[in-house]
Amino acid sequence: MLNISGTQINFLKVRVITFILSAILIFLSIGAFFVNGLNFGIDFKGGTLIEIETSQEIEISGLRDNLNTLELGDVQVQEFGSSKNLLIRVEQQLGGDQVQQDVVQIVKDSLGSYLSSDINFRRTEVVGPKVSGELIQSGAIAIFVAVFAMLVYIWFRFEWQFSLGAVLALVHDVILTIGVFCITQLEFNLPIIAAILTIVGYSMNDTVVVYDRVRENLRKHRSKEITDLLNLSINDTLSRTIVTSVTTLLALLSLFIFGGEVIKGFTFAMIWGVIIGTYSSIFVAAPLLRYLDVKREWNTTSAVDSTR
Amino acid sequence: MLYFSNLKIFSVLAVIIITLLFAVPNFFGKDQLETFPNFFPKQQVNLGLDLQGGSHLLLEVDTEEIIKERVENLNADVRRVLKKNNLNYSNFKVSNESLKFIVEGFNSEIQKEISELSMSNSQNILAMGDQTNLIITQEENTVQINFTEEFVKQSVSNAVAQSLEIVRRRIDELGTREPSIQRQGSSRIIIQLPGIDDPDRIKSLLGQTAKLTFQLVDTSVNFDPFNPSKAPIGSEILASDADEEFKYIVKKRIMVGGENLVDAQPGFDPQTNEPIVSFRFDRIGATKFGRVTQQNVGKPFAIVLDNKVISAPVIREAILGGSGQISGGFDSEEANDLAILLRAGALPAPLIILEERSVGPDLGADSIEAGQFAAIIGFIAVIIFMIFVYRYFGLLADIALIINLFMVLGVLSLFQATLTLPGIAGIILTIGMAVDANVLIFERVKEEIRNGSNMMNAVENGYKRALSTILDANITTLIAAIILFFMASGPVRGFSITLAIGIFTSVFTAFTFTRLLISFNAKRLKPNFVGLSKNA
Repeated sequence: MLNISGTQINFLKVRVITFILSAILIFLSIGAFFVNGLNFGIDFKGGTLIEIETSQEIEISGLRDNLNTLELGDVQVQEFGSSKNLLIRVEQQLGGDQVQQDVVQIVKDSLGSYLSSDINFRRTEVVGPKVSGELIQSGAIAIFVAVFAMLVYIWFRFEWQFSLGAVLALVHDVILTIGVFCITQLEFNLPIIAAILTIVGYSMNDTVVVYDRVRENLRKHRSKEITDLLNLSINDTLSRTIVTSVTTLLALLSLFIFGGEVIKGFTFAMIWGVIIGTYSSIFVAAPLLRYLDVKREWNTTSAVDSTR
Repeated sequence: MLYFSNLKIFSVLAVIIITLLFAVPNFFGKDQLETFPNFFPKQQVNLGLDLQGGSHLLLEVDTEEIIKERVENLNADVRRVLKKNNLNYSNFKVSNESLKFIVEGFNSEIQKEISELSMSNSQNILAMGDQTNLIITQEENTVQINFTEEFVKQSVSNAVAQSLEIVRRRIDELGTREPSIQRQGSSRIIIQLPGIDDPDRIKSLLGQTAKLTFQLVDTSVNFDPFNPSKAPIGSEILASDADEEFKYIVKKRIMVGGENLVDAQPGFDPQTNEPIVSFRFDRIGATKFGRVTQQNVGKPFAIVLDNKVISAPVIREAILGGSGQISGGFDSEEANDLAILLRAGALPAPLIILEERSVGPDLGADSIEAGQFAAIIGFIAVIIFMIFVYRYFGLLADIALIINLFMVLGVLSLFQATLTLPGIAGIILTIGMAVDANVLIFERVKEEIRNGSNMMNAVENGYKRALSTILDANITTLIAAIILFFMASGPVRGFSITLAIGIFTSVFTAFTFTRLLISFNAKRLKPNFVGLSKNA
């Protein structure tokens, strides 16, 4: 029987260490963002992506050399899940939206004459410069709006101190998630934006549960020292935090392993985000409240009733 | 909180059963569904293009081209009026949006004449009650003419609406299965073509404006087709459709245009067996065509499509019947496509393809299979884990989870929302997160028991206490899902939909269904049922 209830771990004791750890990770992320940058996929960079399946195994380097003679600029060829599945990426061509359309035909013709095996075109995506520009803009806006909406919501349901703490933790999560994509150079695509938004929701969810308990304990234990009170609140909710994270991670791991190649980047981002989100709720969001001068005198007749 | 009236029990079960009924059709084939009784829901989940295979195209109407054409027409009108009034103009400048020239003796009479001519030439675009579509400003002898902003906007809007209609006609002509053609924003068109993974033919059909004109060949000048000299005023040099290098010199004046066609059909020339397109004019077109051919027997005329000469046959005799044929050395598919284009009509402006996403049927099927497998494994893992942690209560949460999963499917079918690959990911994520509401409740129950409550009270208070936390926690995720819904399109939007549905169904099942299950057994509940050791 798993029982994490009734723990009395002193989480705030290690807050200096975790704050430094978080600071280092944030620093690394921002550094990687400026040094490596994000490896944008065609959603944000424009260009052409073709996924093919062949009846025989293909020697990639030969195919790559062949495609590079087409004078289409940078052409990448990589295995996609198996050695008979290949992903071909052609960078965006100069000359506006209309020109991009020609690339598909040129590559298809070239593949047809170069490869002797049967080719099944599984996926073709062409994104022109206009759309990719818009997608990156709307993606960035969506993340900002989401974080801002959380700020407002927590402010309404709690107090500004909680709102600030939660949003700092949220920004922490978003930076680390973007950071891991800068460091690993995994492709950053539209679904990753969806993953980040979901992480924002999930991390907030975790934080709210802890904060809810903090508020309740503030009413219940009026004289308790804030550090002890925060520790108590984290411990009270620790079991739930762990159980929910585990079930979510179980589902995500299954998706990561069995869900197919197309969705892998998205699932990776989600797994990372759930881990970071859980960490930040316990080690960032809650300890931050200690510095934010939370109000002690809660109106006991407020919307949330926890008096006995 | 543990007491349920019969009415409550009935309504909870009714909601669940009805939702589940809507999920049922997804487990049967289309033909099996036919045999179901009439009252039974038959709608299956709508699969996105990424799962069923198909093509998504985002097009933009080239609006600059529309304005350019308008300015071009205005240019001709203004010059005509000035000439008619014997006014000498100089420094005539045509920019993207306006005309500017220097003229002496420009007065309000002439201004009125220009306005009226321009108005009468754009009847179909103007909104009712518009007084003018021009802004004419005069500074000493310099005159500038612009279109009103309203007119420009209306022109673009009309052209987009018209393009939409023509795109629809062209695609319908191809007999595509259930295409969806929608306007997006002010000048864009989204086309979804299920079952088509190589949209080359459609792209080439949409890539042509298909403006057909009949123009006389200018025979007044000596002309080398491979090395053309400058065209005289009133004529233009056009390339052959078959051979870019081969030029024709044709008179600018359009004898008859494609807008006068009523029908076009592909066929074969009975003598040469060459693919041709035969066409028929409406009455006005037939009259015009008859007159021109009558006056120009023995001279060649050019059949021009999108500024390329398809062919330039010599008129042997007057063509008075209003029908004719085009042969231009094309194969039968080209003849077929040309006929489609002519029947559907010309686009008011070129269409630019901004985005294409095509998925083959294999990849879609693989994605569904992989998604289903991942869902089952994830599901089993979560179920085992929940029983491991919460024992009997865990089992109840698991039953709720199963119900929950089918409810998501039922709601998706009911609202005919589109299930995409990220949508499947959303469902799997929901499997992991749906137990959260129950976890929050069970943890509260444990706590109450540790604080000395008896089992019944602990469950009662557990539900009461957990409520606000559950709402707060789920609203944050819901906010994220809503933002995603409005920001995203296509597959990613499918993710936000399943995520949002999952939030509703999981909170609903936690507060009604699991509670109901617990209440059935309320008298016999023991602390170890929720995963506490017996002596806790």
